[in-house]
Amino acid sequence: MLKVRKYLISVDRFCLYMNRFGMGYYMEKICDSVIKLDHLPKTSGSAVYVADFPTEGMLFGKLLHSKKPHARIIDVKIPPLPDGYLIVDKNDVPGVNRVHIVEDDTPVFAEETVEYIGDPILMAVGPDEKEVLRIINAIDVVYEDLPAIISLRDADTVFFNYEINKGDIEKAFAEADKVFEEQFETGLQEHCYLETQGVIAEAHDGRMTVHGSMQCPYYINRAVAKVLGCGPSDVQIIQDETGGAFGGKEDYPSIVACQAAVAARKAGKPVRLIFDRREDMEFTSKRHPSLCTYRAAVKDGRITAMDIDVIYDAGAYTTLTPVVLQRGIICADGVYSIANLHVRGRAVKTNTVPNGAFRGFGGPQTFFAIEMMMDHIANNLGEDSLEFKEKHLAQQGDATSTSGEYHFPVPIPAMIEEVDNACGFRRKRAEYAKPQTGRYRRGIGMSLFFHGAGFTGSGERDFIKAVAKLHKRSDGIVEILAASTDMGQGLKTTLTKIVANELRLPLDRVVFDNADTDRMPDSGPTVASRSVMIVGELLRRAAASLREQWKDGEDLTITENYRSPDYIIPFDIATFRGDAYPTYSWAVNAIEVEVDTLTGLTSILGSYGSFDVGTPIDINIITGQMEGGVLQGIGYASMEQIAADAKGRIRNNNFSDYIIPTAMDAPNIKTMIHVEKYPDGPYGAKGAGELPIVGIPASYTEAMEMALGTRINHIPFTAEDTMKALQEVTAK
Amino acid sequence: MKFTLNGNGVEYTGALNARLLDVLRDEYRLTGVKCACKEGECGACSVIMDGRLINSCMVAMGRAAGSDIVTIEGYSKTDRFAVLDNAYASVSAVQCGYCIPGMILASECILAKNPHPTEDEIREGISGNLCRCTGYNAIVHAIQIASKEGSGLW
Repeated sequence: MLKVRKYLISVDRFCLYMNRFGMGYYMEKICDSVIKLDHLPKTSGSAVYVADFPTEGMLFGKLLHSKKPHARIIDVKIPPLPDGYLIVDKNDVPGVNRVHIVEDDTPVFAEETVEYIGDPILMAVGPDEKEVLRIINAIDVVYEDLPAIISLRDADTVFFNYEINKGDIEKAFAEADKVFEEQFETGLQEHCYLETQGVIAEAHDGRMTVHGSMQCPYYINRAVAKVLGCGPSDVQIIQDETGGAFGGKEDYPSIVACQAAVAARKAGKPVRLIFDRREDMEFTSKRHPSLCTYRAAVKDGRITAMDIDVIYDAGAYTTLTPVVLQRGIICADGVYSIANLHVRGRAVKTNTVPNGAFRGFGGPQTFFAIEMMMDHIANNLGEDSLEFKEKHLAQQGDATSTSGEYHFPVPIPAMIEEVDNACGFRRKRAEYAKPQTGRYRRGIGMSLFFHGAGFTGSGERDFIKAVAKLHKRSDGIVEILAASTDMGQGLKTTLTKIVANELRLPLDRVVFDNADTDRMPDSGPTVASRSVMIVGELLRRAAASLREQWKDGEDLTITENYRSPDYIIPFDIATFRGDAYPTYSWAVNAIEVEVDTLTGLTSILGSYGSFDVGTPIDINIITGQMEGGVLQGIGYASMEQIAADAKGRIRNNNFSDYIIPTAMDAPNIKTMIHVEKYPDGPYGAKGAGELPIVGIPASYTEAMEMALGTRINHIPFTAEDTMKALQEVTAK
Repeated sequence: MKFTLNGNGVEYTGALNARLLDVLRDEYRLTGVKCACKEGECGACSVIMDGRLINSCMVAMGRAAGSDIVTIEGYSKTDRFAVLDNAYASVSAVQCGYCIPGMILASECILAKNPHPTEDEIREGISGNLCRCTGYNAIVHAIQIASKEGSGLW
């Protein structure tokens, strides 16, 4: 232990700015890193993930996925089954054949039609995995093709349609000196959590238990109850060690849990449903592709109005799309104060895999668009991009896009200076703007962004209504009772630290087991960068009460319920007005690139970011979240591309063809932590996990624009795009 | 067919075309060997075979005859593991943990080859092991720390 301590603060990996008190590099005790509580089981290989449970007495399930993007099912020809094998389909669902997510349109098993390549039709179940696979491959489905819509540009079904209005855009456009219009496109992104989707379901004593890899045990609890036609108390959901999620295990585990539960009910034995990598990459949710059209009115060198049209590709079913789209359009004007604003957001149906939650949750798409739009307008006006952005920055007290308020200081100006100090941004920007002629050309770009912390709108108050408990046993051990999950982001450690700190107890006197809906209350889903900020504060308050009421030897349980902060301007979803978020986490990131004009390959010389997530509850954990998020953002911007054929079949459903960054692709990511404390979060903490990915693409593409002398309107901007741009520049 | 597994001689009588990964997990219950792609791309199933880091999903049992195989379960009992474990802990290099057994064994192979590797050598040495959580910085840093702290062990 002692040996470890001296490395806990590694100043070359990050530095810390406490701007309010002007004390650089000062940290509170709660920020000090500890050995993560899940560390040793994971390094020694003893941590138990769902695939690690012994399989004796268990049946293996395998899904038959639709091979057609849109078709009527005419017939399903099933070969004779060996003893002990069975087929599970829609007719076996005891309750409703719909997975409860937001709206209930996702079937557990397909009914009359299939709506995308991958739509689950049935499951084969049996004791030998290879035999189950053989049965699946021997099943013949007779389809009658129906017209399929693959691209969002061709879509004619609008699932959701929202509008934001602020000020008077017509007047502002009428009075404008100049009007700019541009389109921006973003692609699909696959989560690539290293552990694929997986659950084990077991019926017992009239109840159903499902355990596996997940973010949101109570989402699954309610979904499975509906499908089995029983009450939520008849369903127990337990989280196993979860090998990464990034949003990909927010809604999808509800689908596989429902399928496995129906199979386990029919078979009378435990059923294990674990996806292989190709199945996971091809058929599970991804980040929504987007097409955004921006119009901006400029008068006297300032943007006076924006009229923005946002289209997200929902895929075949609605799943989490309404909430993703809401966040997307709320972020459409970025960190800027635009007096007159109109945003129209639509999510359209295509016959492709339903898209869902992915770190940033709708924010990265519009943040790419607004940051590039600002950059391009500045270029057109002959102004420096950063100065132009700074001129439009929102400040404390300004109205948000939804006419709510930025209640707290906006630390972006100070963070720009921190990044500039770290990488010489302004100097390099000026240097690289000069004509470049050699084989290697450089560029540097900067993006400014936020992540609204917590659930969008009035979700926390009206839908989630989080509850968390502390149970002090008579032996003095305190147990955290909250259904919040650690999927690698460190929640087990951070929540335990908060409780132990408030109780002045050593960490080993506080225990926090994996979520179990039989034992833990619904503290809300582990999403939206809400868990430390919301659940952590509930637990801190519970711990403060417990400390006051503490009596040695007595058993005591303290319950805390969510309370909305009193300064909140209530959000109205019908008009999109009010505070969409109680507070914001802020970031400034610069990326420097060098393009080899001979090969078209780009190396990232550095990524330099300043991130404000309030008080970091464990500096190593927060730094790790920022670094990991930045690299996912670099992948999203530069190399991660889903290649689908004309029928919408994803061709690169594996790690050989869908490329994510390796250690050699990753630059040495520099992370600075800027602290703007949030009074309603535990010790000043606010949302963290999603922030780093949100604005990374624009800092990359701005840098690429500079190196290539071209204009970029889409991501991913790949090596092939670079080659194309180089040829176009040469042709000119 | 015989081979050495975590220091013990074992006799294997199953199919010679079975994957080493499946046999280690299912027959020997060494579930620290993770499966994340089964096509040799991610490194989660890394084990050390005759001193070299290999993807166990890409090795048929027939090839394992007579070899010396070390998985995380065996390696975690060594002094070198203790140094790496401390180093990983000190910078919180472990997030979801799924890549970590493979990553630790990759770290061992880097340091066994060169006790004082450069950052580039470290990055190259773990480039066959995908991690989606950390951005790799903490892992690279951990290996640098282990290199310093474990002086003389490698």
